[in-house]
Amino acid sequence: MRVGVFICHCGNNIAGTVDVAKVAEAARMMPGVAFATTYMYTCSEPGQEEIKEAIKREKLDRVVVAACSPRMHELTFRRTVEKAGLNRYFFEMANIREHCSWVGEDKELNTNKAIETIKLAVEKAKQNKSLVASRFKINKRVLVIGGGVAGMQAALDCADGGLDVVLVEKSPSVGGMMARLDKTFPTVDCSICILGPKMVDVSQHEKINLYAYSEIEEIKGYVGNYQIKIRKKATYVDWSKCTGCGACIEKCPSRKAYDYFNFGVAPARAINIPFPQAIPKKAKIDAQFCRQFIKGKCGVCAKFCPVGAINYEMQDEIVTEDVGAIIVASGYGLIDLDKLPEYGGGRYPDVISGIQYERILNASGPTSGHIERPSDQAEPKTIVFVSCAGSRDKSIGIPYCSNFCCMYIAKQAILTKDHIPDSQSYVFYMDIRATGKGYDEFTRRAQEEYGAKYIRGRVSRIYPKGKKMVVKGADTLLGTTVEIEADLVVLATAVTATPDARMLAEKLHISYDQNGFYVESHPKLRPVETNTSGVFLAGACQGPKDIPASVGQGSAAAAKVLSIFSKDTLESDPQIARVNTNVCVGCRKCIGTCPFGAIEEQQLRDGRIVANVIETVCAGCGICNSTCPCGAIQLQHFTDNQLLAEVNALCLT
Amino acid sequence: MSYVAGKELRIVGFLCNWCSYGGADTAGVGRFKQPTDLRIIRVPCSGRVNPLFVVKALLNGADGVLVSGCHPRDCHYSDGNFYARRRLEMLKRLLPFLGIDERRFHYTWVSASEGARWKNVVTDFTKAIHELGPFHQKEEKTE
Repeated sequence: MRVGVFICHCGNNIAGTVDVAKVAEAARMMPGVAFATTYMYTCSEPGQEEIKEAIKREKLDRVVVAACSPRMHELTFRRTVEKAGLNRYFFEMANIREHCSWVGEDKELNTNKAIETIKLAVEKAKQNKSLVASRFKINKRVLVIGGGVAGMQAALDCADGGLDVVLVEKSPSVGGMMARLDKTFPTVDCSICILGPKMVDVSQHEKINLYAYSEIEEIKGYVGNYQIKIRKKATYVDWSKCTGCGACIEKCPSRKAYDYFNFGVAPARAINIPFPQAIPKKAKIDAQFCRQFIKGKCGVCAKFCPVGAINYEMQDEIVTEDVGAIIVASGYGLIDLDKLPEYGGGRYPDVISGIQYERILNASGPTSGHIERPSDQAEPKTIVFVSCAGSRDKSIGIPYCSNFCCMYIAKQAILTKDHIPDSQSYVFYMDIRATGKGYDEFTRRAQEEYGAKYIRGRVSRIYPKGKKMVVKGADTLLGTTVEIEADLVVLATAVTATPDARMLAEKLHISYDQNGFYVESHPKLRPVETNTSGVFLAGACQGPKDIPASVGQGSAAAAKVLSIFSKDTLESDPQIARVNTNVCVGCRKCIGTCPFGAIEEQQLRDGRIVANVIETVCAGCGICNSTCPCGAIQLQHFTDNQLLAEVNALCLT
Repeated sequence: MSYVAGKELRIVGFLCNWCSYGGADTAGVGRFKQPTDLRIIRVPCSGRVNPLFVVKALLNGADGVLVSGCHPRDCHYSDGNFYARRRLEMLKRLLPFLGIDERRFHYTWVSASEGARWKNVVTDFTKAIHELGPFHQKEEKTE
C-alpha cells in the first residue's frame, strides 16, 4: 500500500503553531507512507494539482490530507483524488487546524498532536475500501413549513419553477408576521399592500397546495423521498362551504376571546377571521372561548351561517403527503412582557410591545389606525420607545441582538408623528443598528425630520403616575438620569425562536442553537442548508432577520431545491450498513434498533433468515453495527476494523 | 508511547460527526484554547460507538476516553444518542469490574454551536485525567 500525505500550511493558520516540516518528516516514517509533502494552500487549484500529479508519479493508492476540518473540505479532496483515478473513499482527512493548530498554544505539543492525527488518518486510510454510489429516483415535490413572507417566497419560486408545493401554515391564514405590520422600513410602504398580492398568488397558484391551520405531525424518509403527516386542526367550520361573509362573527356572543392576530390589543370573537385580507378567508372557532364548547349550548353561529358551514363535531384530520425536499420557514416569536418586570411585566395597559403598537397603527387593526392608548382610548401625545427590551440581555437568556427593532422603532416614531403632528416621541437605545441599504438615512430622518428625540441609555423602571407612565432611565451621553412622563410606552420586545421550534427540529432531525434558532450548514457559505440533506432554512427560524433578508433566503432555499430537483435521480451515499450474510445469525436485533426501518428480513436460498439493508433508506448512523452481536452488519467507511485501526494507531504505538 | 511524556496523557475522543465534531470545529474557529492531550476519532453517530472500542482503547494504552454526541432529542439520526446513552451508562458501571477507574471514561453531549462548551468539556476531562495520573504507569516503568 502506498499512502501519500499532504500537509497544508493554510498560510499561517496551521504553520504558525505547527512545525509542518517536522510533521512531514515524521509522516514519511509511518508504515505504508510512500510520500509526504507540505503545501501552502492544499485546497487551492495548484495544491490540488500537486495531489493529482503525486498520485500518478508516486503511484499512490491512498491519500491523506492534513489540513482543516473534513466538514470543510473533505468533498473537495475526494473529488481531487477521483479525478486522478482513485476511488474517492481512498481519501482521508486529518484535522490539524480546528482541532490542533487553532486550539493548542504549545508548538511542540501541537506538532506532536498533528503527527498523531495524521498517523490515525493513515491507519484508517489503509483500511479503506473502494465504495461506489448508486442512484435513486426522487419525488419532485416540496414541502414548505410556514406561510410567512419567507415561506411564501420559497413556495412561489418553487411553484414557478414547475414543482408541486405543499405549503403548511400553522395559523388560519398565510401572511405571518409581515401581514401584521402597518408599514415597512425604510420606504414606509404599506406592508399588506405589498404582501397581499403574494398571498393571493399563493392561494391561486395551481402548483401550490395550501394547508392553513395545520401542523406537521410526523416526518419520515430521506432526501428525495419524504413521507409527511400533516395535522389539519379542527376549525369547526367546513371551509369548503364557508364564504367568509362574516355573519357568524357579527352574531357571536363570546366577545372576549384572545385575538392572536392582534396580539391581544383588543378582544376578538370566539369565531373569527384574523384579518380582512386573510388567505384563505375562512372563519374558525377558538374552542377555548366558544360558549358552545365551554357551556355546551349556544349554537348562534350555526343558526346564522347562511351556508350551514358550522360543524361543532369536527375533529382534527391527518393527511399524508409525499415530498422530496423540505423548506423550513417557521418564523419567530416574541418574548412575553412578563419576562420584563422592571417594565411593568405586562401589568400596565399603557406599556405595550412593538407588534401591538403596529396593530394599533394599522388601518385594519382594532382601532382602525387611530392611535389610542389601551387604558382610556385617549390620544397619546408623549410616546416613549424602549429598544432592546430583553434583547442583548444575558440575565434573561437572550444575549443576541434582535436585528430589526432599531429600524421599526424609527418607523413607528415617524408614523406616530404622521398620525399625531403635535406628539413627541422619545427613543431609548443602546446602539442604533441600521446597517441595511438606506437604513441609517431612515433613522436620521426619524430624528431630523420627525423630531424623535433619541436618548442613549437604558430604562431602569416604568411606573404609573396618575394617567401617565413615568419612564426612568439614563442618558449616558449626558451622564444624567432622565424621567419622562409618557402617555404610552412601546417596548421593542426581543425576538425569540417560536415556542415549538425545538419540537419541529426534532421531527426534521435538524439542529438548533442554545436560543432555539435552527443551525445552518455553514454560517458563511451554506446559509440556507442544514446538515440534513434535503432540508433547507428560510427566514427568521434561523435567526432574527428583516423582510428583505427573509425574502432573499426564501428564494435561496427555493433555488437549492430546484437545483437538487434538476436531476431525475440522486446519488446515494455509499457509507451505509452492509450485511455479511455468511456471518449473520438472523437475530433481528438490528431490525429493532434501526431508527429508519432500513433493515428487513431476507431469506437466503438455503432457507436461512438474515438481515438485509434497504440501500436507499439507510442513513448511515451505524447503530446496527454496534448492536450486532457477531459483527455481521458493518457500516461502510466506519467499519469495526477501520475504527479499531484508529484506536490502535493511538494506543498501541 | 508517542505522546509528549511529562506534559500529556493519552486521551481518546469519539465524536459524532454532526454535533460534537462540529462543536470541536466551532471551538477551533473561535480559537478556544484547550489542552492538547485529546486525539479525536470521528464517528457518524455516538450510537456507532461500540462500548468495546472504549474498553479496547483503555486496555491498550489510553489514560482516558471521552465520547460526545448530540444532545438527547437532537440526534441527526433521531435515536442514536439514546442507544449511546444506555450502552455507555452500562459501560461506566462495568468498568470497575475490569479494574478500570470509571472516571477515566466520560460521555457527554455537545452541539455543533457549542464551541465554548466543548472547550470546557476538554479542559475539565483532561484535568480530571491528569489528576488520576497515567493508567499504565506500571508497564511504563518496567519497559
